[in-house]
Amino acid sequence: MPESKVKELVVISGKGGTGKTSLTASFAVLADSPVLADCDVDAADLHLILAPRVRERNEFRCGNEAVIRSSDCTRCGKCLELCRFGAIVRGGDEEPYAVDPVACEGCGVCVRFCPVQAIDFPESLSGEWMVSETRCGPMVHARLGVAAENSGKLVSTVRREARRLAEENGSCLVIVDGPPGIGCPVIASMTGTSQALVVTEPTVSGEHDLERVLKLARHFDIPAWVCVNKWDLNPAIAERIEALALRAGAKIAGRIRYDRGVTLAQMQEKAVVETDAPSADDIRCVWESLGL
Amino acid sequence: MKVAFTTSGNTLDAPMDPRFGRAEGFIVYDTDSETFEAVDNKQVLNSAHGAGIQATEAILRKGANCVVTGHCGPNAFKALSGAGIRIYTTEAATVSEALEAYRAGALPTMKSADVEGHWS
Amino acid sequence: MIIAVASGKGGTGKTTVSVNLARTVGSHVQLLDCDVEEPNAHLFLRCAETAGDIVTIPIPEVDESLCNGCGECGRFCRYHAIVSFGSTPLVFPELCHGCGGCALVCPRGAIREAGRRIGVVETMETDGITLIQGRLDICVAMAPPLIRAVKARVSNATTTILDAPPGTSCPVITTLRGSDFVVLVTEPTPFGLHDLRLAVDMVRELAIPFGVVVNRMGVGDDRVHRFCREQGIPILLEIPDDRRIAEAYSRGELLVDALPEYGSHFATLLWNIREFRNGGGK
Repeated sequence: MPESKVKELVVISGKGGTGKTSLTASFAVLADSPVLADCDVDAADLHLILAPRVRERNEFRCGNEAVIRSSDCTRCGKCLELCRFGAIVRGGDEEPYAVDPVACEGCGVCVRFCPVQAIDFPESLSGEWMVSETRCGPMVHARLGVAAENSGKLVSTVRREARRLAEENGSCLVIVDGPPGIGCPVIASMTGTSQALVVTEPTVSGEHDLERVLKLARHFDIPAWVCVNKWDLNPAIAERIEALALRAGAKIAGRIRYDRGVTLAQMQEKAVVETDAPSADDIRCVWESLGL
Repeated sequence: MKVAFTTSGNTLDAPMDPRFGRAEGFIVYDTDSETFEAVDNKQVLNSAHGAGIQATEAILRKGANCVVTGHCGPNAFKALSGAGIRIYTTEAATVSEALEAYRAGALPTMKSADVEGHWS
Repeated sequence: MIIAVASGKGGTGKTTVSVNLARTVGSHVQLLDCDVEEPNAHLFLRCAETAGDIVTIPIPEVDESLCNGCGECGRFCRYHAIVSFGSTPLVFPELCHGCGGCALVCPRGAIREAGRRIGVVETMETDGITLIQGRLDICVAMAPPLIRAVKARVSNATTTILDAPPGTSCPVITTLRGSDFVVLVTEPTPFGLHDLRLAVDMVRELAIPFGVVVNRMGVGDDRVHRFCREQGIPILLEIPDDRRIAEAYSRGELLVDALPEYGSHFATLLWNIREFRNGGGK
C-alpha cells in the first residue's frame, strides 16, 4: 500500500493541561491542508478553537450492558454472587436486584448464568462521532456519553475516519490531538502513527510524566519529539527535561515561552498563531522542526 | 489451497493493505478453482482491541490456509499460528502482484511478530 | 468523610488542590492518588519510597489435559481474550478484563485463574498524611481494577482525599463512586467551562454533592462564574492566576508552604466542604 503517503502526527502530553490542544490548533493553521482528529474524546476542546460546521453525525455504539427484568427476577442472587465488577446493586422490594450501568463492564456473565434468563443484554450507546468542516480543513471529533467506557475504541474510530478522509481528499497529513495519560485511549491514539509530539511543562510532574509517556512511545516504536511549553517558568527543569528526552531517544522540537496570549487567543476562539501573541513565533519554530 | 490477502479493495487490482488485524478487508483466493471472494473486515476495524484475533476468525471462516500481508502484530501472530495459518509477508503494491509472488514461491514466511500491535 | 477532587480537563490544578487540602486537614488524613496513569501527588509530599503491593487481575489458564477444544470459552468471551480454533484455546492476557466467565462456562473444568500483574499500590507516610498511590504498569490499559485496589485502603476513621484522574470516563467514575463530596477544579476559560460542563453532568449522574474551585482566576473571563450561578453550583474557592504559584508548582512545592498567604484559602475551602456536608447542602 499504500503504507499510504498520509502521515499521522499525534500530539500527546502525559499530564493534561500542558497546552496540547492550543498547540494542535496552531499546527492545524500552519499545516498545508491537513485533516484533524480530536482524539481527546473525554475532554474534546479543539472544536472550541476551530469552530467546526458539522457535516455528518454517527452514533457510536460499543459493547453491551446487562439489564435485569425485575418482573422475571426470582431474587436468587446469582448475578450478585458472580459479578466481579460490583455492578449488581440491591434495591428495594419493587426491584430487588438492578444493574448499575456505570459499573457494568458488559462481560455477560450474569446474562449467561441467570437461572431464569431474566437479564437482557442490549447494545449500549456510548456517544457520537462527527465529521466537520473547519477553516483549516476537515475534522473528525467525538463526544463520549457521560460515564461511558471504551474511549479507546472511539479513539480508534476517530483516527480511522480521519485517515480515510485524508486519503479521499489527497491530504498528506493527519494531526491528532491525543488524550492525556498513558492508558487505553492514549495507546489507541498513538499506535501506528508516524510521529508523536509530547508537549510537557518544566515542572516536577511534567518531568515525571514525560518519562512514562516516552517509555510508551518506545514500546510502540514511534519516533517521539518533545517540546517544553512555558519553559521559562523553570529553566533548570526545562533543561533537565530536554536531557531526559534525549537520553530516552526522543528529539527536541523546541521551547515555548510562558505567555498569557495563549489564553487570550483561546478566548477569541483563535489559534495562537492567528494572533500576535509573543509565543506564536516559538510555536512556528516548533512546527518547522517537526519537518512536516 | 485458499490464500487470504489483506487489501482495501475487492478486486485483484486492489492495493494491498499492509496491516493484518486492521486491514479494511481480505481477498480469499482459491488456487484450485482460481476464483476469489472479497471479505469485509470493517466490523473488526471498529473494535478497540483484539482486531488481529477477530480477523483470524474471519479468514478461518472462509477456509483460508495461509495469509499474505505486510506486517503482523503479536496477537495476530499468536492467533494465526494457533489456528495453523501460515503467514507470508510482501511489500507488493497490489493483490495480483502479491498473488504472482506467492505462486512463484517468492514470499518469505513470518517467524515472529514484526510490529507492536495490541492496540493498533 | 471522603472528598474526591476531579476535573473534566487535565492540568487545571487538581493535584494542587488535593495535596494542599490534605496538608490543611493536617493530621489523620489519607490522600489517595487515583490518577494511576500519572500519579503525581508524591512529588509534592516528599515521602520516602516504600515497597508496594502488587495488584493483579485474574486471567484464565487452560489445562491442556482437560480441554477438549470445544471452544465454548472463546464464544463466551466478549473481549476476545480467549479464543479457540478447534484446539486448546489461546489466551491474550492484555485483553482480559478478569470477569471469570470462561472458567464458569468451561464444561470440563479445564480453566483456572491466575493473577496477571497490572500495577502496584504504594503507601507512604509524611507529616500526618498517609499517601496511598496506585501506579499502573506501562502499556497496561486497565486502570479501574487498580483504582479499586487503591480505594480498598480507605479508612473510615480519617478524612480521605481522592485525587481523581482527569476526564469523565471509567477510571474517573471508579474513583468518584462512594465519595461524600466532589470538588471540581476548573479554569475561567472556554476550555475550562466546556470540560466543567461535562464533569458536572457526570457528578450529577452519580448523585454526589459537589462544588467548584476556580483556578487561575483573572486569566479569562466570568463565563465559569455565570454558569455556576445559573446552575446553582457553589464556588468553594478561587485561586488567583499568580506566576509565583506556577513557579512553586514547577519546583514541586506545596502552595501553602511556599506562599503561606494561601493557607487561609485552603482553610476556607475545607470549611466550605464540611459546612456543606453538615448542612446537607446539594
